[in-house]
Amino acid sequence: MEKKLNELSAVELGKKISVGEVSVKEALDASFAAIDEKDGEIHAYLELSREKAYERAEDIQKRISDGSLKHPLAGVPVAIKDNMCTEGIKTTCASKILYNFVPTFSSTAVENLEEAGAIVIGKTNMDEFAMGSTTETSAFGVTKNPRNTAHVPGGSSGGSAAAVAADECSCALGSDTGGSIRQPAGYCGVVGMKPTYGTVSRYGLIAYGSSLDQIGPITKDVTDTAVMLETISSYDKKDSTSVDRDDTNFTSALIEDVAGMKIGVPRDYFGEGLDPEVSAAVKKAADDLKAAGAIVEEFDLSLVKYAIPAYYTIADAEASSNLERFDGIKYGYRAEDFKDLHDLYKKTRSEGFGPEVQRRIMLGSFVLSSGYYDAYYLKALKVKALIKKAFDDAFSKYDMILGPVAPTTAPELGKSLSDPLSMYLGDIYTISVNLAGLPGICLPCGRDSKGLPIGLQLIGDCFKDSTLIQAAYTYEKIRGDFA
Amino acid sequence: MANVISDETIEYVGILSKLKLDDEQKEQAKKDLAQMLDYIDQLGELDTEGVEPMTHVHPFTNRFREDEVTNGDDRENILKNAPEEKDGSFVVPRTFD
Repeated sequence: MEKKLNELSAVELGKKISVGEVSVKEALDASFAAIDEKDGEIHAYLELSREKAYERAEDIQKRISDGSLKHPLAGVPVAIKDNMCTEGIKTTCASKILYNFVPTFSSTAVENLEEAGAIVIGKTNMDEFAMGSTTETSAFGVTKNPRNTAHVPGGSSGGSAAAVAADECSCALGSDTGGSIRQPAGYCGVVGMKPTYGTVSRYGLIAYGSSLDQIGPITKDVTDTAVMLETISSYDKKDSTSVDRDDTNFTSALIEDVAGMKIGVPRDYFGEGLDPEVSAAVKKAADDLKAAGAIVEEFDLSLVKYAIPAYYTIADAEASSNLERFDGIKYGYRAEDFKDLHDLYKKTRSEGFGPEVQRRIMLGSFVLSSGYYDAYYLKALKVKALIKKAFDDAFSKYDMILGPVAPTTAPELGKSLSDPLSMYLGDIYTISVNLAGLPGICLPCGRDSKGLPIGLQLIGDCFKDSTLIQAAYTYEKIRGDFA
Repeated sequence: MANVISDETIEYVGILSKLKLDDEQKEQAKKDLAQMLDYIDQLGELDTEGVEPMTHVHPFTNRFREDEVTNGDDRENILKNAPEEKDGSFVVPRTFD
């Protein structure tokens, strides 16, 4: 059966648009029809920008037709995680404290997409301020996993992953501070990539843990990921941590060849707590790559269990500082009754932030406070250096590391939030990648007995994003369609 | 191990965090914080003597630029987001008499 327009990959759809086989309006119609049909149940979106999208479509269509706009993503409908500012489109971070915030500017990543001719169709649900692993901490309701609606889509970019999996957009942007692109991509059976820190500008991304946050693509296949990443990568004066790279031609890495690539599989990623079905599927993927000519070896990465406590110390410390700006003065929610300025701040924040956000602000404030700074925050930064060193050692021997993206497939809705610590443990395979600033990509490698997707994660050394894309592309060819 | 968070500490954390906690929330916060600190205390197992704390993975330096205005005057749109505004300014409660 021929695929509907919204079911095509972004690049396939863009090709049809570029040759005039499909109009930009028809592309939008298909995505919005899918949203109208399915999103009542899935709830991937918090806000749709229907009117703006159709307005822009006319201009984009004109420029494609007269030949002045040529880009693989021209006319393609994209969804944006709701922690990226979009000019004139409400941006809430899924928090009550920003329930009515309309940015006066767009984030650089979104601007880069729009310059390429992509059309923003809406903003996707997420864990409040990207703090969570299930999208259940959203102040505006949960998102359901389109592969099985009794389960979570993962998080924090759960809305973006669900929108892509449900064909409610062609591709989407997510952000990843401790796994928030890769883990939901794994749970929803789509492709998600966190590039090397500094590759994509963070300007206009509402900050959670600034030293860890990166924006990246969530797509239907590896080709779309390469195209999207190439489009959004840029050196940006407005982000002092953006890196001036001259190797962002990621589509040139779409080559089917892993011969001689050295892949390390950490033994310590396959220990206690890993679901046997996930383990088997990931090991099978390693065998497939080996059969294609890669050199696959097991090794000991070490320090794996220390990544989570180091991460929550550093991320929460940065969050406590970053979230100071939400005070009820300049934008967003303001409490109604207050005695004075200080009371206004405290009441606004207590009423505006959800429990998980407050928990992290408090832990962050504590580890930065005088008397505890050295014992907790500084200690975590030292452990981060050790973790980075462990990866450096691994990458002196291997081109990439292969493992699962999460210990299990998507949990059932409502089962995770009651015990935050055990939810945090689910981040064990993704979190160290952010601490070390590395690129990581997740793509589906099978299903469990319940039919839920299993995610394969490849991790590369800093600035080796292209190597990951090449290996992921090759694996995708070996695996065949994942529908 | 087993951290215990005192009433004074949680009071102080509330001030630093600019959060208003009722008694029930304070008790919960004490429990949550203690549990997380017990967990974070694992880091003490690692010898970090002589290790330089790593804030960023890349060697970033300050980037200086000329102090030139590049964005236009967007006061009206910016103030549209304010919970309360008056005469082109944000309104806050009286802070001194």
